[in-house]
This record gives sequence, C-alpha cells and structure tokens, in this order.
Amino acid sequence: MTAFGKLIRTTAFRLTLVYLFLFALFAASLLGYFAWNTRRLITEQITTTVNVEVSEISDIYARRGLRGLILSIGNRSLRPGANLYLVTTPSGQALAGNVGSLAPGVMATSGWSETAYRRLEDQDNTDHRALVRVTEMTNGFRLLIGRDLEERRRLFGIVAHAAQWSILVVVVLGIGGGIFVARRVLRRIDAMTGTTRRIMAGDLSGRLPVGRSGDELDRLAENLNAMLERIEALMMGLKEVSDNIAHDLKTPLTRLRNRAEEALASSGSEGEYRAALERTIEESDGLIRTFNALLMIARAESGQARGNMDDFDAADVANGIQELYEPLAEDDGMILHVKTAPARLHGNRELISQALANLVENAIKYGKPVPSAQPLGADAVAGTKEILIEARREGDQILLSVRDHGPGIPEGDRKHAVERFVRLEASRTLPGSGLGLSLASAVATLHGGELRLGDSYPGLIATLAIPALPAASDRLAAQTQDVPQKVA
Amino acid sequence: MRLLIIEDDRESADYLVKAFREVGYVADLASDGEEGLSLADSGDYDVLVVDRMLPKRDGLSLIGSLREKGNRTPVLILSALGQVDDRIKGLRAGGDDYLPKPYSFAELLARVEVLSRRHGGPAEETTYKVGDLELDRLSHRVARGKDELTLQPREFRLLEYLMKHAGQVVTRTMLLENVWDYHFDPQTNVIDVHISRLRSKIDKGFERPLLHTIRGAGYMIRDGIR
Repeated sequence: MTAFGKLIRTTAFRLTLVYLFLFALFAASLLGYFAWNTRRLITEQITTTVNVEVSEISDIYARRGLRGLILSIGNRSLRPGANLYLVTTPSGQALAGNVGSLAPGVMATSGWSETAYRRLEDQDNTDHRALVRVTEMTNGFRLLIGRDLEERRRLFGIVAHAAQWSILVVVVLGIGGGIFVARRVLRRIDAMTGTTRRIMAGDLSGRLPVGRSGDELDRLAENLNAMLERIEALMMGLKEVSDNIAHDLKTPLTRLRNRAEEALASSGSEGEYRAALERTIEESDGLIRTFNALLMIARAESGQARGNMDDFDAADVANGIQELYEPLAEDDGMILHVKTAPARLHGNRELISQALANLVENAIKYGKPVPSAQPLGADAVAGTKEILIEARREGDQILLSVRDHGPGIPEGDRKHAVERFVRLEASRTLPGSGLGLSLASAVATLHGGELRLGDSYPGLIATLAIPALPAASDRLAAQTQDVPQKVA
Repeated sequence: MRLLIIEDDRESADYLVKAFREVGYVADLASDGEEGLSLADSGDYDVLVVDRMLPKRDGLSLIGSLREKGNRTPVLILSALGQVDDRIKGLRAGGDDYLPKPYSFAELLARVEVLSRRHGGPAEETTYKVGDLELDRLSHRVARGKDELTLQPREFRLLEYLMKHAGQVVTRTMLLENVWDYHFDPQTNVIDVHISRLRSKIDKGFERPLLHTIRGAGYMIRDGIR
C-alpha cells in the first residue's frame, strides 16, 4: 500500500472527510437561509413602499386630477435614488415618469410583476430589473410604481460569493487538517506496529512508546504496556516454574527410582518388598500432591480460576477451616482459635479455603514456640501455643489472617519465603513441598489482593488481604450475622 | 457387579479390568467414545468408568447423549484435568463422580462401590444401624447399645456418611468432599485426626470396634462379625 493510500484509509482522515462534508453543508445552508431571508425582507420592504406611494398618488389624482398627478410624478422622479414611475394614457402613451423602456405587456396587466426596464436618463444600454406595481386609474389612465432590484441582486451576489469562498476555505483547511491529523496518528500507529512486530517476534521486553500528551493513544499505549508487563511476568513465572519443576521434581523422582532399584537388587523377604513398594506409593503420592499444587498455582496466577467466583463470607471460611484443623492442632499440642466478623467478598471459595488451610498448616507445623527464645519462663510459653485465625473487614479490604507464636520468619526472608519451592533453613527438616505460601500468595493475587507476612512478636502473622464487596451488601450480611463470635 | 470401562490408554485400561476382576467384578472395555456409547447403551451395567478425553467422541458428550436417552447408569469420570472447575463441568455434564488422574485403585474402587450402591440401593433411610450403633437422622441422636453418645455436629455428619456407606470403604478424599465439601487436597492427615476423635467416642470402652481403618484405602464402618 502506498503511503498516500495508507493515509486516506486512516480513520482520522475518513472522519475528517465526514466532518468536512457536514461543515460545508452547514455553512451552505446557513448562507442560503440568510440569503433567502434577506431577499424576502427586501421584497417586503419594496412592496410596502410601493403600496404607500400608490395610495398617496391615487389620492393626489383623486383630489387634483391628471395635472396634479403629472406634477407630483415629475417631482418625485427627480429625487435622488427615486423609485420608478410611469403614467400612461388609455392608449398606452407615456405621460410622465422616469421609465424609458419596459418589457412589453407590463403596463397592460394590473398588479405586481418583475420586469426588465431602462431609465430615461440612463446612458448605458444594459437592462435593469425592477419590481413594479401597475394600477389602473379612472378614465383608463395607468400608473406604474416600482423599485429597482439592483440592491437585492447585489446582496445576493455578496452572499453567493461568500459561500463559494467559505466552502473553498473549509474544504482546503479540512483536507489539510485531515492529512495532518491522519499523518500524526499514522506515525504513532506505525511506531506501535513496529514495536508489536518486534514483540511478536519474541522480544518480550519491548514496550510501546508513550507520549506526554496523555491522549487516547497514550492511554492505549500505557495499557498495552501494562499488558505486556503482565505477559512478561507470566512468561518469566512459567520459565521459573519449569526450571523449578525440573529441579525439585527430579529429586523425589530420583529417590523413587533409587528405592525401586535397591529393592530389586537386594534379595529381601516379601515383607521387605512390600515395605519398599509402600514407600514408593507414598513417594509418588507426594509427587502427585506437588504437581497438583503447582497446577493450582499456575491456574490461580494465570487467572483461569476467575470463572468460578461468587459472593460469600470469609468468616464462614475461617470457621470452616478452624473446625477442620482444630483436632489436628490439638494433637500437635497447639490450640487453634478463630475470631470472625462479617467479611463478605467476591471470589473463589475453594481457593481461598485452600489458601487459608495452607497458612493454618504452616502455623501448626512451624508455629511451635521456641523455648530458648522465650527466656520469660513456662508461663509465657503456655500462652504461645495458640494459633489465631481471624477474619474481618478493614476499610475496603477483607483480612484473613493466621497468627502463631513460633519463631516467625526474619524480615529479610519474607519476600523469599513466598516463592515456589523455597523452604527456609528452619523448615528444611520438616516434611512439606515448599508450595504452601506460593499458593496462598497466588490466590490472593488472583483476587486482586496480596499475602502479607508480618511479625506478631514473637511469631508470624500471615494475612490474606483481599478487596471486599461494596459496603451495601456487607450491611445486608451484617444483619443476619451481627455478633462477632469466638469459637474455641 | 458389571462395569464398563471406557478408556483409550490400553495399559491403564487393561490394568483396571484386571484389578476389578481380581476383586470379583465383571469389567468390559471400550477404547473409544463411539464404542463406549453403543456398549453402554446396549449393556446392562452398574457403573460406567469414563475417561474424559477419548478418541471419536469425548467423555462429556458421551455422558450427555446417554443421559438424553434416559440412561441413568451412574458414571464416574476419570480425568487428567483435576481442577475444581473441570470437576464441576464434569458433574454438570451428567457425571456422578469425578476422579482426577493419577488416582489410586483403592480410591477408584471405593467410589465405584458407593456409586453402584447409590444406584440400586434403597431410598434414604431415617435411621442407620450398624451392630448396636444407631444413628437417627431426624432427631440427631446417636446411641451405642444403651449408651447415648454426644457428638459434635461435624462428628455427627462424619458418622452419618460412614454409616450410610456401611460395609463400604470410604476414602479420605471422599470424606473431605462429602462431609466438609472441600475439594482440595490437604497436605496433612486432618481427616485421620477427626476419625480418631470419632472413634474414641463410638468405639472406646466397647468390646467390638465398628470403625475400621482399611490400609492404603480409607475407613469403613461395619459390624465385625459380617
């Protein structure tokens, strides 16, 4: 496509043409209306003056007879810028007036007509046009009074001239402006197209140029850049996951393989074989769990789970999870409490439950008080066996938090702890996949929130902060469940 | 019990047929969607085990056309897609249960047994009885022999589910799904702890235990003599 062809195909140019047409139409109709109205006004004026004069002259004729009429017409004809006058005898001979010649037949018909004429004193041979009224008087004399239409014609000429010029100017300016705008837009679009081509070719780090004007194209470029940012992050995540999968799934697979090999090599009893096989199954179950968790994280991060969202109360989730894990915590010598206030949100209930479950599992596993770090004595330790699940609303956020009184996570490690497969030094000896916090974090991100890790002096407080439903529906929910409850 | 397995992967299909035969069930095999549909349509099966991704006709559409024809045979869907929304899609298409791959045969067997029972079994009863343990679903009362037992609401629902499927193996995931309505997979043995609490209430101090742990599979409630 040629550059010009591209130019006239742009939306900006086409829009300009449409506007141009509309403006020209508007200007033309405005001028037309103006011209038509002036014409009407002038005609009206002429008729009024002529009518007045006709009645004056008829009056004179009636009072002073033909002589008075001729005298009066003679006087009037001599005034500067006079009207047209002509008096004829019944036989059609001119008696008085300033009209030299008329179109034939004008004097014969009474009433209004438009005619070509020449004045007596006119030197040139051009015809002028006039609006005239012919009246028949008594005795067959005829009177013509009229007015030159030159004024009207000239005015019309001016308007027509103006119309021509203005339309010309509008068209020239319009097309010029259209080309200018279209070229500007086209240049920027071309720049964007170039960048997107590069990105499509695989360079995900490319970004669209953003101008400083903040216009619609800049906003579009900004949004596209944000989208690219997200895509790049997802791709990076994907790459990281596949690297991690390669590394962290191969380890248990190797273990599995070694165990099977070892069992094959040794000539053990049936019981030994059985035990080896059972351990193999256990190990593969662990692998499957890790896989599921990874898939779930990937899904949450890619936003696929968005299809399955509804409105529910985070307090119910907190109570449900507390109910599920309370016996387990007790078996482990911990006490799991829950404290809830109405906290309605829109989200994937299953995923949020799982995220909270992961936080609780972590608290049970890692949240045991550290005796050496508690020099305050046995009393202090007793209180720190508590884990508290809390659900509440703070501003426009729903906070679902799990607080333990264990060793916590040092501030420098917190960001790191959320990454996939990361198992902090302190937890390496305990079973686990290193995916619990990653999943919780991915779920929070999916819901437009975040996972916060903080200090609960001592211990860890892990909070899922998720945007709440608008307050109106929250008030509604508060009516059905208004007392914050404490379930031990 | 007669089963139809519709699965295109030869090896896992053969494994399933063999494993089901070993526990005494008759299992037929179809290796694509069209064959599966015509077999399911003509044969009188107690449960269909359908893989979701099949050649010629996919599992969900197979179930859809069966249901359209008024065939109500219980269907268990096997799928490599294990996420919650895939599950919901499968159940909406007319499946009765959904098991993500990879699965353990014990889990599959337990679910198939529950499905076949649901199909042919009697309507929901108001009281369940296993040995001298009785559970009244209307008054929420549980008694063993002459002793009235006090259960927490969740313990009651747990026992109710176990007794509804008395004599059948119930896996941990089945319990988590049906009693707690969670479809995720906890990394810890939460269910075991709930079971052991329930056990201490219904079995402790009684001569004959009713709540049994089935190794490598799950739990079962049954009168020891049977």
